[in-house]
Amino acid sequence: MLNERIERHLPPHVIDGAAGRGRPTPHLETKPMLSRTADHLFWMARYMERAENTARLLDVNYQTSLLPQSSESAMAGWRGMLSISELSADYAKKHPEINARDVLTYMVSDASNPSSILNCLRAARENARAVRVALTTEVWETMNQTWLEFNRLVKSGALAKDPAELFEWVKFRSHLSRGVTLGTMLQDEAFYFQRIGTFLERADNTARLLDVKFHSRNTEFFGSGVGNEGKEIDFYHWSALLRSVSAFEVYRKVYRNVIRPEKVAELLILRAEMPRSLVYCMNEVENNLISVANDHSHDTLRRAGRLRADLQFARIDEILATGLHAYLTQFLDRVSDLGFGISRDFLMPA
Amino acid sequence: MRFFDEMHVSSAQVRDHYTTYDRWLGRQPREQMRSRREEAEMIFRRVGITFAVYGDKDEDGSGTERLIPFDLIPRIIPSHEWKEMEKGLRQRVTALNRFLDDVYHGQEILKAGVIPAEPVLNNAQFRKEMMGLNVPGGIYSIISGIDIVRACNPDGSGTYYVLEDNLRVPSGVSYMLEDRKMMMRLFPDLFAEHRIAPVAHYPDLLLDTLRTMAPGGVNEPTAVVLTPGMYNSAYFEHAFLAQQMGIELVQGQDLFVKDDFVYMRTTRGPQRVDVIYRRVDDDFMDPEVFRKDSTLGVAGLLRAYRAGNVTLANAFGTGIADDKSIYPYVPKMIEFYLGEKPILQNVPTHICREPDALKYTLDNLADLVVKEVHGAGGYGMLVGPAATKAEIEDFRKVLIANPSNYIAQPTLSLSTCPTFVESGIAPRHIDLRPFVLSGKEVRTVPGGLTRVALKEGSLVVNSSQGGGTKDTWVLES
Repeated sequence: MLNERIERHLPPHVIDGAAGRGRPTPHLETKPMLSRTADHLFWMARYMERAENTARLLDVNYQTSLLPQSSESAMAGWRGMLSISELSADYAKKHPEINARDVLTYMVSDASNPSSILNCLRAARENARAVRVALTTEVWETMNQTWLEFNRLVKSGALAKDPAELFEWVKFRSHLSRGVTLGTMLQDEAFYFQRIGTFLERADNTARLLDVKFHSRNTEFFGSGVGNEGKEIDFYHWSALLRSVSAFEVYRKVYRNVIRPEKVAELLILRAEMPRSLVYCMNEVENNLISVANDHSHDTLRRAGRLRADLQFARIDEILATGLHAYLTQFLDRVSDLGFGISRDFLMPA
Repeated sequence: MRFFDEMHVSSAQVRDHYTTYDRWLGRQPREQMRSRREEAEMIFRRVGITFAVYGDKDEDGSGTERLIPFDLIPRIIPSHEWKEMEKGLRQRVTALNRFLDDVYHGQEILKAGVIPAEPVLNNAQFRKEMMGLNVPGGIYSIISGIDIVRACNPDGSGTYYVLEDNLRVPSGVSYMLEDRKMMMRLFPDLFAEHRIAPVAHYPDLLLDTLRTMAPGGVNEPTAVVLTPGMYNSAYFEHAFLAQQMGIELVQGQDLFVKDDFVYMRTTRGPQRVDVIYRRVDDDFMDPEVFRKDSTLGVAGLLRAYRAGNVTLANAFGTGIADDKSIYPYVPKMIEFYLGEKPILQNVPTHICREPDALKYTLDNLADLVVKEVHGAGGYGMLVGPAATKAEIEDFRKVLIANPSNYIAQPTLSLSTCPTFVESGIAPRHIDLRPFVLSGKEVRTVPGGLTRVALKEGSLVVNSSQGGGTKDTWVLES
């Protein structure tokens, strides 16, 4: 009764939920934003997302390394970590061997590693500082405080004391920055470009993660044949991968079954409800791109739409039949192309 | 030397307008004041209210961001003093704008011999490119910051003097606003006990002023703030003002000129810009005309300006009116243009290009402050009483070599205000920078930015040299 009455008084776009989210009032003018501002916002969001994903990956490798396993397989995990980020060569220049302590330090607090969490948070904060005008006070303070506090934590030896807690902290600061953005920012172009940055980066990071985790099991993954499943070591391997994207419980909920690599791949590539899957990310990228479309962005929109549609209508067995590594490599290329297109059309127009 | 103490008549007696505050201060435990100060510092750091010191590095070699020290004890100005000062500010800024309009048109004041032509026309700050250009309303200095100090008279009373005019890109107004916000946050009870004139509407006045100065015929003008970028020492203020006014903060690279109109590059293509509140010096504003190597400005801006298609706040060439070599003539300008007696006094100034004044200066170097006429930020000056014999002799040579580059003033006994320092509460020297907005009318917000020299005995209040700030209260009567 009460609900019925409330509903009747709500404007239609509130009732139809997500479809009306952030839709501007049609008769009121909206102001365009500076391309440079959009560029900083896009990268601010990307770097924060990258910091989070790096923390996730390190966390899961660290947890795995606590399991009884051969030192060779522990090292493989850290090696995979470095190769995801295309840092193996740079790391080798500084450290003679691969071990947990050195890799953690290198990936967390090494100021000379452009992809360390330290540098991601610095870049996120510097981008925010460059456009603090376009941010709400809360968003700016979140970015600024994260940077200041992370430095304090690193200086106080938090990484050596309890790496897991430090990673958890980074994850939550990223959650916070997204939440504060959602909760306080005007849903205008400034917001859309941040979302595009977040999800383009997440698509890239999830794809890399999948690639390296599947790669470390087989040279090329075409799906596991019957009778190839149920090994204990595999359970830990795949569950670690799921945990790194907060998907372990999600997997159980969706499949109500034992963990099988095909299903893991399906969940992280094709499940539109899974907020870190490739198709989810591409949905977000496309929707937000549509909101900022301009006179010369047709081709970029077409590419985004096609990539999203390819994912939307794909089947995991088809993907695996062509080889997962080949598929993901091609996906990463297309994401990177899309990034260039967005830059060209919106962020750095000639 | 005696100093005028803003709070006390004598060590035993507090001035009327400080009595309520003094009682309140007496009730505050020292420890609590200390923790309030730490709280303030933490908040300033989090909000990112910082400034960059050129060539300075943190211990770890990374950042160059510093906090400007904020003092907890306010500088209080009684209502009647502010009313008089405000009248003086309007008068002075009005005359300065009339001077700028004159000097770039008929130059009547030079023809009348009130100001010698040579220091004006041969001045690097005189922009011949501005000759004959009509700016909206004849207003060149839309945003002015006037530095005022209070010196002690022989009878113990104080007199306000204008120390200098800042008509190019005066900064500090964000600290005025943030200091007030901080005080209200830390000590809400003080605001209940006093009637303190608010200042928070400054950005609103500024936006209104900028919009009314738009080129003729533009209905809904687009105004922007132009910053040199995030590594500029005043970047926080540029961002703060743009945000408070809800307008774009742009850099040179975001703008371009086409067919004598200025546009900004947006995600939806070029958009016209009508008013630029620029926080970039003249020299860097248009590489077609001024410094060729500048990337901070916009090529072709002067063309658009001359075509009347954009308003600059402030105009090019305002520096000729706040140059230290012109400063001594401001009282004469007021009489010349307005037919009025100056309300605010100038510091008595010896113009070293005049032989008598040079002789006097050389004879009294140990007692005088000698300033470079184009210097700023407290650099390139001699403070006689604080200098060693060797420093004075070195400066003497420099002065004799190029006398017209200098002016000399008596060492002013800048007034002091109780300040919360490490050793407790102690007097420190202060000045005041009120901000004056000139558009269709001339407006101010009550008070301004009080800067305080935190080092004991120091008279240098510049933030680049260890100065801090205080909240400035004008009490409503």
